[in-house]
Formats: sequence, C-alpha cells, structure tokens
Amino acid sequence: MSEAITRSAPSQTPLLVLDQLKKYYPIRKGLLNRTAEYVKAVDGVSLNIVPGETLGLVGESGCGKSTIGRSIVGLERPTDGRILFEGADISKLSGSEMIKLHSEVQIVFQDPYSSLNPRKTIGSLLAEAVKVHRVVPSDKVVSEVDRLLDIVGLPKTSKSRYPHEFSGGQRQRIGIARALALKPKLIVCDEPVSALDVSIQAQVLNLLKQLQKEFNLTYLFIAHGLGAVRYISDRIAVMYLGKVVEIGPTKELFRNPKHPYTRALLDSYPIANPHLRDRERIVLEGDVPSPVNPPSGCRFHTRCPMAQAKCREEEPLLVGEGDHASACWFSH
Amino acid sequence: MESLLAVKDLRTSFDTDQGQVVSVDRVSFELKAGETLAIVGESGSGKSVTALSIMRLLGKGSRVSDGEIRLNGVNILELDEKKMRDIRGNRISMIFQEPMTSLNPVFTIGHQLMEAIRLHLNKDKKQARAHAVEMLKKVGLPRPEQIMDEYPFALSGGMRQRVMIAMALACKPTVLIADEPTTALDVTVQAQIMRIMKDLCAEAGTAIILITHDLGVVAEMADRVLVMYAGQIVEEADVFTLFDHPQHPYTQGLLRSVPHLEADDQDELAAIPGTVPARYHKMQACRFHNRCAFATEKCRTELPPLIRTQDGHTSRCWEIEAATIHYEEGKAR
Amino acid sequence: MYNYVMRRILIAIPVLFGVTVINFIIMKMAPGNPVDMLVNPKLPAAAVEAKRMELGLNAPAYEQYWNWLKNLVLHGDLGYSMITYEPVTRMIGEHLWPTLLLMGISLILGLAIAIPLGVISAVRQYSKLDYTVVTLSFLGISIPNFFLGLGLVYLFALKLDWLPTSGMTELGQGGSFKDVVLHLILPCIVLTANVTGRTIRYVRSSMLEIIGQDYLRTARAKGLKEVLVVNKHAMRNALIPIVTILGMEIPILFGGAVVIEQIFSWPGIGQLTLSSIMSRDYSTIMGLNLVAAIVVIFANLLTDIVYALVDPRIKHSYQGAARS
Repeated sequence: MSEAITRSAPSQTPLLVLDQLKKYYPIRKGLLNRTAEYVKAVDGVSLNIVPGETLGLVGESGCGKSTIGRSIVGLERPTDGRILFEGADISKLSGSEMIKLHSEVQIVFQDPYSSLNPRKTIGSLLAEAVKVHRVVPSDKVVSEVDRLLDIVGLPKTSKSRYPHEFSGGQRQRIGIARALALKPKLIVCDEPVSALDVSIQAQVLNLLKQLQKEFNLTYLFIAHGLGAVRYISDRIAVMYLGKVVEIGPTKELFRNPKHPYTRALLDSYPIANPHLRDRERIVLEGDVPSPVNPPSGCRFHTRCPMAQAKCREEEPLLVGEGDHASACWFSH
Repeated sequence: MESLLAVKDLRTSFDTDQGQVVSVDRVSFELKAGETLAIVGESGSGKSVTALSIMRLLGKGSRVSDGEIRLNGVNILELDEKKMRDIRGNRISMIFQEPMTSLNPVFTIGHQLMEAIRLHLNKDKKQARAHAVEMLKKVGLPRPEQIMDEYPFALSGGMRQRVMIAMALACKPTVLIADEPTTALDVTVQAQIMRIMKDLCAEAGTAIILITHDLGVVAEMADRVLVMYAGQIVEEADVFTLFDHPQHPYTQGLLRSVPHLEADDQDELAAIPGTVPARYHKMQACRFHNRCAFATEKCRTELPPLIRTQDGHTSRCWEIEAATIHYEEGKAR
Repeated sequence: MYNYVMRRILIAIPVLFGVTVINFIIMKMAPGNPVDMLVNPKLPAAAVEAKRMELGLNAPAYEQYWNWLKNLVLHGDLGYSMITYEPVTRMIGEHLWPTLLLMGISLILGLAIAIPLGVISAVRQYSKLDYTVVTLSFLGISIPNFFLGLGLVYLFALKLDWLPTSGMTELGQGGSFKDVVLHLILPCIVLTANVTGRTIRYVRSSMLEIIGQDYLRTARAKGLKEVLVVNKHAMRNALIPIVTILGMEIPILFGGAVVIEQIFSWPGIGQLTLSSIMSRDYSTIMGLNLVAAIVVIFANLLTDIVYALVDPRIKHSYQGAARS
C-alpha cells in the first residue's frame, strides 16, 4: 500500500479509495499503427475519501483531474491500480454491476446542457432516472420527481419544459437533481460551476453545500477555480501532470502550502482586492509540459523556482506530518 | 486633459425574430491615455458588444443605432470603411477570449503577424519579419525565429495568446481592447499573460479596455472600473473605491459572491438570487429590481439615472444610501 | 509524406485484387456468355464448341481467372477482346482519352463556376442572390442527366440546328479542334450542370461554417480588407473540405459517363463499357473494371495528398507517421 492511503481523516473507514490509479492513453503511429507512446493522464494516484466529506481536486488542464472523476464513475477504465468503493474494487466491473454502482456513485458535469437530452422534458428525464434504478415504486415516480425539483429549487412547472428553456444555472440544478434521483452516496462534481456566471456560481455552490448537509453526501469536487474549491472542500488534493503533489485540509493547505507548485497556484490566482495587487508572488514561467513524455524526476522541476539537481533525477514521494503531505524534496 | 477615447450614449441593437433588441443601452465612458479601464459584467451584460461596437466589428444584424465614439476627438462611427480599417489593428487593437480559435489554422504565425505589420507600418518584407520576431521576443516566447514558421496548432493556448498580444501591439496602438483575454487559460498562465499585457502596454503608453467577468482580474489590472448589467452601466469608479465602497446593490452582490482566498471560513456565499430578466430592454424600471433586496416601488416603475455621488463615482440606483449603509455594516461584521 | 503515399499504394494492391475477383464472380453469374451473344443460333453445336474452346471458356472459372491474372501481372497484358479480337489495352486506351477530356473539362468548369458562386452565396446568406444560387444548384442536382441531355439535343440540335448531337467529330472531317469543341459543348453542359449543382452546396455550407470563425474576426480586427478576409483567410480554410469533392466527383463522373456517352454517342469508356457488357465481352469487362477501380483509388489518394497540401495540420500528422 502506498503512503497516501493512510493520509486521510484516520478515524473513519473511507468510502472511496484510489490505490495507485493509472490511466494511459496510447498514441498510435507509423506504418503498422503500433502504439509508440502513451499519454500518461493519471500516473499513480492514491486518495481516500471518507463519508460526508468533500475532497477538492485542483490542477491545471491536462493534470488528470477529470480523468480520475471519469474513472470513478466507470466512464474510463483504469490502465492499472484499484478503485475501492466501500471496500470493493469497482475498476473492473461488468455492465450490469456497473449499473448497480451508478445508483451509489453519480457525476455532475461542467456543461449540463450537453449531458441532457434536448428532446426530452425535464420531467421525463428525471422520471427515467428514477425508474431505471427503481428508486421508488412506479406509482410514486411523479411525486418523487416533484420532490427532486423542489430539493434543487426549481418550480414544479419545470417538468413540462425542455433543457434549452433553462439558463445555465438552472440546467446545472437539473443536472444535480438527476444525480440525486438515485440517492447516491458519492457525487463526483466535475467543474460544476466553471461555465456559470459569478453570481450564479455562488447559488450552485450554496446548493451543493446545503444538499451535502441534508443528505449526508460525499463529494469529489473537481475544479480549476481555487475560490470555489476552497469554499466547498474539507480537504484539497493538488495535481500536476498526473500526480498528486500536495494534499491536506483546506485551511492548512491555503495557510501553509508546502509544494512550490501549490504556492505558485495560490499566488497566480487573481484576488478580488486591489489593495493586494502588488503582493509578493511567484509567477511561473512557461506552460505545463506534455503528459506524453513527462519530465524526469519531479515532474514540476522544469518550472520550479527552487529546483535542484536532485529534483531532475529522483521522484519525490508524497510525505508529510499528520494529514498534510506534499511531494517535494525541499518542502520539509 | 482631452480624453483619448470618448464613448457617448452608445446604443447598439440587433435584430431577432421578436424584433429589435437593444443590447447596449446608452453607454458613456471616457478612456485616458495609458490607463486601464475594466468593463465587468456577466454574460449578456453587453460588455463584449460595447467592445465590438468600438471596433465597428459587429456581426450581421447588429448595428450602432445611436451615439458617438470619439478617438482623439474624431467620431469614428462617421468614418468610411477604408479610414476605419486604418484604425483597426493600428490605433485600436483587440485580443479575444479564445486563443485556440483566434488564429487562422492554415497560415504560419509569422505570416499572420507580418500581415498586420505590413498593412499599417511602411516596412518591406525583411523589416516586417524582423519586427515580428522582435514582438514575439517581447511577449516572452522562446525561439521566436522558429515560431515564426510554425502553424498555430503547434502552440499551446498560452503561447497563442502571447502571439495574439504580439499581433495586437505590433503597431503600437493607443488603445488595446482585451475581451476576456485570460478566461480560457490556466491560472498560472493567466498570471503570465496579464503581466506581459500590463508591462508591454505601460512601455508603449497603450491604454487598455479590459473586458472581463472576473473580479479578481479587475482588482489586479484596472485603474478604473465600469460595471455593466443588462446592457447598461450600473456603476463606475476607480478600482479602489469600487472594491472598498461599492454603491450599486449588483456590484455589492458580485463582490460578496466571490469566494475569497485570503479570508478564512465562509459559511455561505452571498449569492445574488434569481436571473437577469429576459426582456429587460423593454423594461421601464431598474433592470436589477427583481434581484435586489432594496427595491422599492420607485425601482419597479422608474429607471434610475447614473447618479454621481462624488468625483468619479457614479451609480445607477435609487437606493444608494440604504444599500451602502447595509453593505458597510455587513463588511464591519 | 513519401512514406504515406507508398503505404497507400501498397494498400491499394489487395483492394484491386479483391475488386477483380468480385467482378469476375458477378460477371460469371450473369446469364449468357460471349459465344451465345455472338454466334448465329443456327450454327452447329460443334462450331459453337470450337468457339468456346478457342476463347478458353471451357476451363474451370478459377483457371480462367488465374490465366487472366497471370497475364496481367507477368506481362501487363489484359488480353484480347472476345468479340473484336483487339487487345483490350488498346481498346481502353482509345476510349479513355475522350472520357478524360469530357470529364476533365466538366470538372474544371464545374469547380470554376461553383466555388465563386458558393462563396458569394454564403457571404450573402439569405439574400436574393443566395436563394437564386441555391435554387439553381438544386436544379443541377435533381434534373437527371439523360433528361437534360435529351432536352438540349432537342433544342440545340433538332430545333435550332446549331450544334452536332453525336460523336466526337464529324464523319469525314478528320476531327479539327473546332469540330471537337462543337461536339463537346452539349455533353459538357450536362455534366457541368451536375458537378456545379453538387459542388455549390458543399462550398456554400463549408464557407458558412468558416464565416463564423473567430480567426476571421481577428483578421478584420487587424484592419484587413473584407475582400482579403473572405478570399484569403476564409477561402483557404473553406477549401479544405472542398478538396473531398474532388475525390468524390471523379468516380461519380466516371459512372455518369455511361449515360452521357450513350446519349451523345461519345466514343468513351462509358460506351465501351456498355457495349462490352451487352456482348458479355469478359476480357474487356475485366479490363474496364480494373481501370475504374484504379481511377477511384487514385482519386482518393489524390484527395488525401491535396488535403495535406492545403491543411498544415494534416501534413504534420503525415510527417509524424513517417518519422516513426
């Protein structure tokens, strides 16, 4: 078992465990279409999520955070590693087992519009979800749909309307209602507010938080916006090029970031306070390297302001005291 | 001092199936040489349309129906197309939100850069190339000579946005309009791009109109801020006044709904309830009244004018006093 | 790129082989054979049998195919026509050029008309001009070739007597340039109308897609003239999908030639094809089929090469393939 497995609120048995999860995408090339290289989207990630908590997963595009979310709900098949949900490995489930799993693990996407069938009314979309998994007896489906709409703050009249008649924020509410329809234990929120206006973002974030309390939900909250992640997460894992570089309780991580990448990420995030505009901060050079041939040693060394010879050669492990860990040779 | 760019009573409308819709309604503002003016608003607030009106690059079916846009005193809305082309890319440049699609995929970076340079600056091919390479160097691209011969697909989003900045600033414009220039980029790249934009514009004395929905970006970049809501300006102030003492309930709501990084523990974000009304352009009322906690009967029946409370601070609200007191109290708590 | 082209040519060989096998099977399954078609029914059975022997029709089918293939691969020889006893290669050679001439001119004319019209039509979407162009293109597609052909013959040849109706040259005139051109006009109009109709729709929709692209706004924001924005920045991108048309039009024209050549008695591949099918001229059919397959494969290859020339992204991916 790797180190990070133990790194969560230790008192509780975890709901979800990722154990050295890997997802490689082959790149085919040449006369015979041989697999020449791999995109290493997720390269050995171990995480725990305990019931009732929200784990934030942050990182820039290409860091693999969405791939992790999609693997958990079965939309991607991991190349290697295990995904344990309530102790059972769900990474190699067959079709029918997967359907059963879906009533326990749900996902909310960034763009709810593209995940809602445009030719179906909201009522039938929700009823479908309720029926497929036989959440309630068939004579109670209608009242169950009403209840779901009520929970996410949409009027009952929405039932007869189509997805395009709703605004972005409302559609995201529908997406949440559909996820809730199956009474899941874990919801993977994949950038659920990134496409929304600021004032609407706040509405959806508040809704998610309130639902969590009400139904004792567990969230994996994937986002690139640090503000939203900080607001909703109990713990945060920072990813870079397919690896977790730092993980810790939200407050602790923001107050005392250990990994230079986390620090740079926090520094880069624009703060809505003009008095802080001239603050000291690290601005990283260059772009994130390609995940096809990630840098040797510590993957961040090409952009790290404090990189040394050792960082180029040896890969640092995720280590730390208590529940705050980072993968850097010089952060301890 | 004479302002560099003065927009007065700008009205832009576009045709829809349901008739004409006014998407920018009597917007006025001035831009001084070298300053950075941010226009903040959510989708559909009219901020991008304002920018495209200034460039006179509105799409089919939309047009400026009223108002003036004066660049150094000349109303550019009255110029013929040829004279307007001399202004575009030369005296007023623009960069866009989507770096991935803003460059033509079938021409090299060098070709696209030199096209603008040769169009406006009297340079031969060799000089234009040298100038283009110089610009790529300035925006911090590595191996500029090589990148000249690359096609856009070979560059990352951040690199493409640097190319866009190089292209926009190649002819030393007096105004740069940046429409959500960093929205599509990663956070660490966003910081780089903002820094480059600011440094290069300061060096050339270029004024910036920064269009964004991100209050963080505004706080970092702007000297002065216009807040737009449903096609109208609702508040204008210098950046410190706006963030410290916002007057319009919409601005206040926006500021409160931003999740903060520097403050600990926010139990609940103060969201603005509801959404922008669908047919706001026909409303004879404050366009924000349906989402406003301070709305009175007057707000529902009469559109408030932009009220100047002190030098350089105006807001469009009948209940400035009540809203301000409430906000300041909330902040103190 | 070289690697890529080589790979495509190598892949073409089994495809061509398969095509000839299938063609041979279908041909054999069709009722009748060259001898039945040729000989006088009153001929004694022995004579018929002798004829069959002479043409090699008594050997088992696979052997017949094998002989044909062996001749082709070893000697590049397509054999002799079973009807005229002429070498098939020569027959095809004689008939290929008239068809290529007709096709080539129609294709070039069609594109020359369709591209500008499609572009203008897209740029001025929903204008009167746009509606006119769209209607015309619809007519071009939906009027059958034979109908338009016969209509033109009726009007220009029978009623007005301006143009000749059949053949490639006037008998006994030796085929002067002017003579050939006059004969070309009517069949060309028919084929061009067809090509134009189809192509306009592609050009228009491809252009419409490009017109909304961000990079055109960038080009305008630079201060470029609208003419340059459309004809340079938009066109270069719109051309990419239009290239596919080239690949599709060549086989369509090749097939369409059968009807057109029949109507105008044009001495091309189409006519040869029809007559050799009618007389069950096995060896000629096999040869023609092979040529048709080569044309289709060549057209597709050509499309992909032109694709790479106009789209740097594709060129890059070819190079990527070649490198490894």
